[in-house]
Amino acid sequence: MTDLTQLTLTEARKGLAGKQFTAVELAEAHLAAIEAARALNAYVLETPEQALAMAKAADARLQRGEAGRLEGIPIGVKDLFATEGVRTTASSRILGNFVPTYESTVTSQLWRDGAVMLGKLNNDEFAMGSSNETSAFGPVVNPILPANWSAEKARAALSGDKKGLLVPGGSSGGSSAAVAAHLCLGATATDTGGSIRQPAAFTGTVGIKPTYGRCSRWGIVAFASSLDQAGPIARTVRDCAALMTSMAGHDPKDSTSVDLPVPDFEAAVGQSVAGKTIGIPKEYRVEGMPAEIEALWKKGADMLRAAGARIVDVSLPHTKYALPAYYIVAPAEASSNLARYDGVRYGLRVPGKDITDLYEQTRAQGFGREVKRRIMIGTYVLSAGYYDAYYLRAQKIRTLIKKDFEDVYASGVDAILTPATPSAAFGIAEMADADPVQMYLNDIFTVTVNMAGLPGLALPGGTDAAGLPLGLQLIGRPFDEETLFSLGAVIEEQAGRVTAARWW
Amino acid sequence: MSVDAATVRRIARLSRIELPEQDVPVMQDEINAILGFVEQLGEVNVEGVEPMTSVTPMALKMRDDVVTDGEKAGKVTANAPQSEDHYFLVPKVVE
Repeated sequence: MTDLTQLTLTEARKGLAGKQFTAVELAEAHLAAIEAARALNAYVLETPEQALAMAKAADARLQRGEAGRLEGIPIGVKDLFATEGVRTTASSRILGNFVPTYESTVTSQLWRDGAVMLGKLNNDEFAMGSSNETSAFGPVVNPILPANWSAEKARAALSGDKKGLLVPGGSSGGSSAAVAAHLCLGATATDTGGSIRQPAAFTGTVGIKPTYGRCSRWGIVAFASSLDQAGPIARTVRDCAALMTSMAGHDPKDSTSVDLPVPDFEAAVGQSVAGKTIGIPKEYRVEGMPAEIEALWKKGADMLRAAGARIVDVSLPHTKYALPAYYIVAPAEASSNLARYDGVRYGLRVPGKDITDLYEQTRAQGFGREVKRRIMIGTYVLSAGYYDAYYLRAQKIRTLIKKDFEDVYASGVDAILTPATPSAAFGIAEMADADPVQMYLNDIFTVTVNMAGLPGLALPGGTDAAGLPLGLQLIGRPFDEETLFSLGAVIEEQAGRVTAARWW
Repeated sequence: MSVDAATVRRIARLSRIELPEQDVPVMQDEINAILGFVEQLGEVNVEGVEPMTSVTPMALKMRDDVVTDGEKAGKVTANAPQSEDHYFLVPKVVE
């Protein structure tokens, strides 16, 4: 039998339907691959027993002809989604051994449709990071080999300090690495400033951040509630669309989830894009942008033009203010959301001489550096005397950023094409001595989309001079993810897919 | 705008995060790097601009004011570091 982990989600679904293999065999193949790839550190918890039980149930439903749309498809779950009876940590020490007594809405919909859980995936602590290096479980290794590295050299580094191996991006670094390394057919992820799209770009995978409100946030560990949105990472545009069709939908338990019908997103894959108008925003041509990113961007526009789309220049004048405004809004919301981790109701408790000391000791030991810094920034910008200067101003600028997009869409533009990241993946520990702002610049092209609540799809567009994958980003109108899937499929067809050779 | 060491200590206190004295200078530098970065927001003319309150144009839904959940104290306290008879235990707060 062929290696079942080499199939795409769509191919696996076809194979299951055609009885070429069983869901149990498919799950077993992936569990074996996960075991052999532990050094990549993509999974923080493997759930083989659950996987096999779910696969067995899926086989029974397939047998009875009662298959759901994802029946028997093994997936990984970012450790930010609460999974009933299965440890959920947000990759933070402060959640310790937290075992939810409830299931997140998004994952419950995936299980409803027959998907099989392989385990929980690593991420930056509380989704705060762009390299997965802030995780309490340690960094994740990108399965893409560094430029000019042999498999032997990579294996040596993997068993050593991992330096020089590439980061998988963040915060959904476990999700992107697991998908790229064929350790699942798809994964759940979340995106607050780029946390689905930047890891997808770094690993040559496909990821979409849906429109804010498309997926329920209920049962997902909150970072910045007005920006957080769940979405899938997978190896193809169609696979991504298939996962999203199950993940999306109105949920009365999340008052910001939108009561709109969920289309079959897969139906958009393969639709003609002839006559679509694609905007190229001049403000994304940032100072010091590498020539290869510029070339990739142009290539992406050419691919869409070849498929009959019309390419026009557009302007989003407040683009440069999105990242600084984000670094006020997101920490402010985080400082409020993370106030719940107090050592009293769940997770880690460090004893103190009184209740305040207990809080302070617990939070000092439970949170990592990046998280502490963001909580403190957030506390500062919300504190008396600074609220108007920082937070209120940032929220006004957010209104302007959103208006920029509205104006462009009102002029007849259907979607916007940009690079996904300002560079290809960098090395583990390479940014250790950089100031925090240098790391934040990774999100310069993605963060605008969160600030405006829009959908954004990242997918491979080509490679840099050293052969590392580079991603393109398509930004859509609110709730028009379908156009992004149609356009993405056109680029995928021409740019091809990225495959990581198994060297670990 | 930048923060001094005393302000860093005060923010840590407000955040309920114990910050050892030797960590104050590094935290101060990092916070100031970020505050320096966001300073450019001062260039933007925001006169007459409404601050964003909801990114999607939708009215917050109201539901009927009825009990929809409850009677699960065991589940609520299941992950407590210390609990007794479905109560969370904390150090003595009132003398």
